[in-house]
Parts: sequence; C-alpha cells; structure tokens
Amino acid sequence: MTVTTAPAPARSIRVTNTLASGRLPRGTAWMVLGGSWLFSVAFFALLAVAGATEGFTIVGAVFAGTILFDVVLYALSRIVEGARRALDRLVTSLVSTAFIIALLPLISLVWTVLVGGMARLDLSFFTQSMRNVVGEGGGALHAIAGTLLITLMTALISVPVGLLTSIYLVEYGRGPLAKAITFLVDVMTGIPSIVAGLFTFALFALILGPAVRNGFMGAVALSVLMIPVVVRSSEEILRLVPNELREASYALGVPKWLTILRIVLPTSLAGIVTGVMLAIARVIGETAPLLLVTGFTFSMNYNLFEDRMMTLPVFVYTQYTQAAGVSAQASIERAWTAALTLILIVMALNLIGRLIAKIFAPKRGL
Amino acid sequence: MTAATAGTRPARRKAKVRIGDRVFATTTIVAGSLILATLAAVAIFLVIQSIPALVAGAGELPNEAANFWQYVWPLVFGTVWAAFLALLFATPLSIGIALFITHYAPRRVSQTLGYIIDLLAAVPSVVFGLWGIATLAPFVQPFYQWLGDHLGWFPLFAPPVSGTGRTILTAAIVLAVMVIPIMTAICREVFLQAPRLHEEAALALGATRWEMVKMAVLPFARSGIVSAIMLGLGRALGETFAVAMVLSPAFLVKLAVLQPQNPNTIAANIALQFPEATGVSVNALVASGLVLFAVTLLVNILARWIIARRAAFSGANG
Repeated sequence: MTVTTAPAPARSIRVTNTLASGRLPRGTAWMVLGGSWLFSVAFFALLAVAGATEGFTIVGAVFAGTILFDVVLYALSRIVEGARRALDRLVTSLVSTAFIIALLPLISLVWTVLVGGMARLDLSFFTQSMRNVVGEGGGALHAIAGTLLITLMTALISVPVGLLTSIYLVEYGRGPLAKAITFLVDVMTGIPSIVAGLFTFALFALILGPAVRNGFMGAVALSVLMIPVVVRSSEEILRLVPNELREASYALGVPKWLTILRIVLPTSLAGIVTGVMLAIARVIGETAPLLLVTGFTFSMNYNLFEDRMMTLPVFVYTQYTQAAGVSAQASIERAWTAALTLILIVMALNLIGRLIAKIFAPKRGL
Repeated sequence: MTAATAGTRPARRKAKVRIGDRVFATTTIVAGSLILATLAAVAIFLVIQSIPALVAGAGELPNEAANFWQYVWPLVFGTVWAAFLALLFATPLSIGIALFITHYAPRRVSQTLGYIIDLLAAVPSVVFGLWGIATLAPFVQPFYQWLGDHLGWFPLFAPPVSGTGRTILTAAIVLAVMVIPIMTAICREVFLQAPRLHEEAALALGATRWEMVKMAVLPFARSGIVSAIMLGLGRALGETFAVAMVLSPAFLVKLAVLQPQNPNTIAANIALQFPEATGVSVNALVASGLVLFAVTLLVNILARWIIARRAAFSGANG
C-alpha cells in the first residue's frame, strides 16, 4: 500500500502568528546597528574627503553610529511594538552602548601606543641607557633594570607580609584585631599612590635627611600599595581550601602550623601565585610614588640602596615632558616605546597569572 | 562505684604547646599588626612633615598664599571638581556596563567581556596620561570649540576655549575611563547577587527585561551602587599622572571646564612641584598630601562601611 501525499493546498490566506505579531522581526536590532554604523562611517568619510574635518576618525564614526542606532531602534520599536517594549529596547541598546563606549578608549589607547611605540622598538632601546645621549638614540635599559629591581624588592617585602597576614585572617584571626585588619586592608587599597610616596619620603627624610632618594624607598612606597592587594587575593584563595583537608591533617596528629605549611599552602599555591602576579602588575605601572622617592637619572644603577634610580613609568613621564628642541621627536618616540614596553610587561604578568590559575588549579575530587 | 565520680577522675591533660605553633602564630599576628602600624605610620609621618607648613605665615608658602588653608583650598576644589566630573561620566557608564555583562550579554561571553573591562584597569596611569595628551585632547578640542561657540552663555562652557583641549573636562574623561573598571566590578558583583527568584517572578508576570531590572535588580543593588561610586570617587581623588599630564594647570578656583587655565588637583600638584620643591614648599606639598589622605580615607571608610552593612558581600576588589 502506498501513501500518497496530497499536494499542499495553495491557499493565499496568511495566518498571522499572534505570538509574533506586533513585534519587530528577529535580527532587526543587528541590522539597524550595522546600518547606522555604515551610515555614520560613510558620513564621516564624506566629511573627511570634503575637508570639513581634519582626517577621518573611526572612533568618532563608531560613536555617532551607535548613538544613531539607539535613536532609530527606539523609534522603530515605538511605532511597531508600543511604549513598553520600546523602552525595553532603548535600555538594551543604551546598555550595549555603554559597553561599546568603554571599549573605545581601550581600543584607541592600545592602537595609539602600538603605533607610537613601534618607532623605537629596536635592539638599542633595550641595550642602552640614556647616559650621555643627546638627541636620537639611547634606550631604556636603565629604566627597565630599575623597574625590575624595585619590583623584585617590593615583592620580597610584600609577599611574606601579605601572605602571613592573610594566613592570620583565615586560620587564626578571631575577634576585634582580625576585624580591624580586614577593614583597614580594604581601606588601604584605596590609599592614593602619591600619598604612599609622600609617606615614604616623610619616613626617610626624618632618618636620612630630605634629599635622600634611592630605589629601596621606591620599594617601600610600592609595598604600601601592594600588601593590601596581596592580602585580599590570598585571603580569598585560602578560604577556598576545603576544611576537610585541614581536619584530616589534624586527625593524623599534624600540628597546626605544619598543616598550614604542608596542606593549606600547597593546595592554594596556584591561586596565591596568580594573586601575586596581578598585584605586581598593579604596582609595576605606578609612577607617582617613584617620581617622588626614587627620582630620575640617565645612568644605570643596580644598587637599590644608593642614588637615584630610573624606572619605566618615570622614564615615560620624563621623556615626554622634557622633550624639547630639535630632538623632541626622538624623546617622544622613546616615551611611546617605553609605554608600549610597560603595557607589554603588565599584560604578560596578567596573562601568566591567569594561565597559572587555570593550569595549576587544584583538581576537585568527586 | 561509678567512673563518673568527680574526685577519682584524673586531671585533664593539657594539649602540648608546640614551639612551631607558637612561632608561626606569632609571626602571622605580627604581620597582620604591621598593616595597622603602617596605616598609623602613614598618618603620623605625614603629620610630622606637615607641621612646618601648617604654622607657616604669609610669604613663606608658594603661590603667595597667606596661610596653609589659602594655599590648599584651590587644590582641594580642583581635586573634588575633577573627581565629580569624572564620576558624572563614569557612574551611568559603569552601571550600564555591569548590567550589560550580568543581565544582557549572552552567558557564554559575559566572563570574557568582564576580562576586557578589567584590561582597562591594567593600563598604567602614566600611559593613560600620554594617551590623554596625544590622542584624547586633540580629538575632543573641536567639540569643545563647538560647545564654547554655541553654548558659551552657560557658565560651565564659558569661553575662552582652550586651543589644546587640555582642560579639566579632558582630565575628567581620562579619570572616568580609569575608574570605570573598579566601579563596574562592584556593580557586577551586586547585580549578580540580586535574588534570582525575584527576577524570574517579574519576568513570569510579563515584565519586559528592563522592567524586571528596574523592579528586582536595581532596588536590591542600590547600596552596592552607592559604595561603588564612593570607591570610584576615592580612586579619582587620588589619581595623579593622568591629571598631571593632561591638565594645563593654574592656581585658581573656577567652575568653567573648557578654558586654558584650570584648577589643579592635589595629587597632580604634588607630582609636578615635588621634584623642584625645597624648604617649606616641600612641607606644604606633604601637608596637601595629608589633606588628600584624610579625604580619601574618609570616602573609603564610608564606602567600606556601606558594603560591610550588607551581609555576605565578598571580594569586590579581588
């Protein structure tokens, strides 16, 4: 027996779907967005060609296009879908616009630094200092060395103090002292970096006189900024270590301090390292305290405890602000390349930190 | 005779105190107390170094100020004004971004979007300053010109318009970009904590997404948003180089935001003057730093207090 399928009835009556009526078709938002961007880019390009504006700015075009999108989508939705849905769409598009607006500076910044920094991204930039350099040439070796040394010293001070504090807060701390420390650590994360610099200056000025500048002071100033960050991140990680592990260890007769050293810390090591990396990434770009307490110089200085020391952020600042005369361009190019180097270092630290967290995260047993 | 008789029970053995435990516990307490000591030391040493400026009379302080308060007032004004302008931009933006990441963007990409915003926080402030001078200021200058030409009657936009674009408004925009990551992070956290059932109930009753956010998320998140604003304010008040590099400063009190002469901020003033300062000028700078410290400390304590009032709020700054 064969089943014969009847040909579909060719009727011309269109049934309206009551669920979809009065709604804009799917994908309208994307089409409107694409349309407004195209329109706006074309408009700005025309302006640029006509000479009304100096050069074509993609950022401005995208910004104007996004605003146009908000308005057009609201109007369309208001006509087809009514006031409530139109408002919903308006908010949706505004919220997305907020995100795009936040992206624009990031993109613009990365682009500017890349373009500006490529000019001097050569071997001599990383192998020479600025000693006896007038005009072109020269490099940031002294600044890179200074930044690495000071950051290392900062980490040497902050990591033990920060880690021990977080151990105290998680494993021992009960009562008012722990509460006070938790609260003040939070408050300390908000200390302006320049105040940390001034504090270090005031401290060392009392001991060694007001003219003293050295790398170690920079490390102290940065530690004031870094310790709270280390405490916060390691505290969070230590709290994640399951209590069963500690109890199992106690049950086997292991003393508390060995439990912490042998069980708790190894379990949370990856997270702690990540936190330290992110903390270093945060302080390595600090400029203000270093300008105040380590000063600046043009020569190499490997001694943290004597004489001024150059650091990358201060190098960027001084090269840019002291650019003058015929060789101003060379100086500005050095500033941009140093900024690029600094961003690359910070990004690398961030990336390594997150990778460590991902790869070495403790496996959760079932 | 039963074993429960009190008299025959052997004395309870005390747990053995191990040297290692004692040493380790003490070390951690010392480390913790070091933080308290540091905060106290910051205040004490700043006060000690400020005293000469606080008692200095006319003729000793820079900028021909008769006394310290006259010296610091324009700086305090500039600091607060710039931070206020920055928050004016940053608050709606970061609430919007946080809403977008938590309630609008697809679940799968929302974490990545969060990382992208966090990238902004990773850019060193001196690079923001560089970008502010080199890219942002020339970019916004035509808009300022237009504002000055057409809305010049409005006190904020009063001409003369700066030809370089390096005004307090530009500095505020840079500051806004810099505080957006921290404000977004906190807003995200509180938006995620909004009770899921309330949201679903609102949706089930036929609310649109915005109505759901308005009725279920925002009321719940109000105190979190306030503390995010306070923390952002703390950051914006203390930010140094973004302002120091972008602003073309003067020593005055003025509300107009487009002019070539702008009130300076405390932090930027310290950074600009400190390398060349000597004598009482140094003390004056330290004293202005003390004022900044006091203001940010107050703002931060207020913010943390608001957060701490909410139970189960964790790791906003992680």
